[in-house]
Amino acid sequence: MILAATTFAFICFAAAILMNLWKVVTAGDVADRILALDTMFINAIALMILYGMSQGSEIFFEAAMIIAMLGFVSTVAYARFILRGNIIE
Amino acid sequence: MRILRRLVPHPILTVLLTLSWLFLAASWTLNSLLFGLGLGLIIPFVTQPYWPNRPRLRKPLMIAEYLAVVLWDIVIANVIVARIVLFKRNADRQPNWVTVPLDLKSPEAITMLAGTITMTPGTLTADVSSEGHALLVHCLDAPDPEAVRDEIKNSYERRLKEIFE
Amino acid sequence: MQTLAELLITVFLVTAGIFGIVGSFGLIKLNDAMSRLHAPTKATTLGVGGVLLASMLHAIAFESHLSLHELMITLFLFLTAPITAHFIAKVHIHRRESKDSLPESCGDSCWATHDLPDDGDQ
Repeated sequence: MILAATTFAFICFAAAILMNLWKVVTAGDVADRILALDTMFINAIALMILYGMSQGSEIFFEAAMIIAMLGFVSTVAYARFILRGNIIE
Repeated sequence: MRILRRLVPHPILTVLLTLSWLFLAASWTLNSLLFGLGLGLIIPFVTQPYWPNRPRLRKPLMIAEYLAVVLWDIVIANVIVARIVLFKRNADRQPNWVTVPLDLKSPEAITMLAGTITMTPGTLTADVSSEGHALLVHCLDAPDPEAVRDEIKNSYERRLKEIFE
Repeated sequence: MQTLAELLITVFLVTAGIFGIVGSFGLIKLNDAMSRLHAPTKATTLGVGGVLLASMLHAIAFESHLSLHELMITLFLFLTAPITAHFIAKVHIHRRESKDSLPESCGDSCWATHDLPDDGDQ
């Protein structure tokens, strides 16, 4: 039962990442593109934790943590660059 | 007492940092406890100039009630928003800007309120007014902006006001 | 006990998957930029939250140890998601909205994104 549910969640999040990729490519505006990339980061975290769970390995949680931090910092840096023209004043 | 205050400027932050180190290291030994405590003492001391004021909590126990209310609202609102996304045509949806005037004064409380509004799906804090007296909230589907504003003020801001002021 | 845990994990995983995909679907379907911003906050809260809860339950029930990494990730996401959403909203306001297209700001002169310093050097 868990195997089936994990497979279902894998498919859902993989499809979600593909949709985000489609949005990154076709977005008309910079704000949309940042948003799609941010959502991709979030879905990647979910995928990584799912994989860690299905493999029974702890190491993927640390990877997910790092992805979460990278996603946050890069999104803020990108938005900041659009807003102010530089990142660190 | 004053020396202790200078050395440990934010006791709650110290406890939080120690706990998060323990959770991250995932080992419950004296070794990691001491290292976490060291980090918890050094980091607030070094970054002291960035937070000169200690935010005061009037009723810390109210935070538990607040968190419970917010988590429940997140679950409910998620279902509502999923329904809107899946079954409502774009033409029928009425996205709207709502201005929420603030009674809260302290920056920490306003930040908490803004974060809460964003985390409950369906509403999203977009901006704060230049002198900090109002929040600009975007609603995904709000035929009646006044109702949204009243709900935010009644359920979240009232509780935050009791906690912080 | 094992069956109950299995059932709970399954429920969490399925809800998480559904909300994750609905969030990303909203990103494509919704037609105005500010509404699209609502999608990732949803994917974070119930999507990733559900997966993390399932993973914690799995660790407790089948590997018999308490795993707190998931709790830290959830906490981190819940703290950072409003901040990124706020930044993206500010980008949108900066590029697409003017002082007149937004509602009045309750007595203050304008919204903070439009409150630029006067010397043109930003």
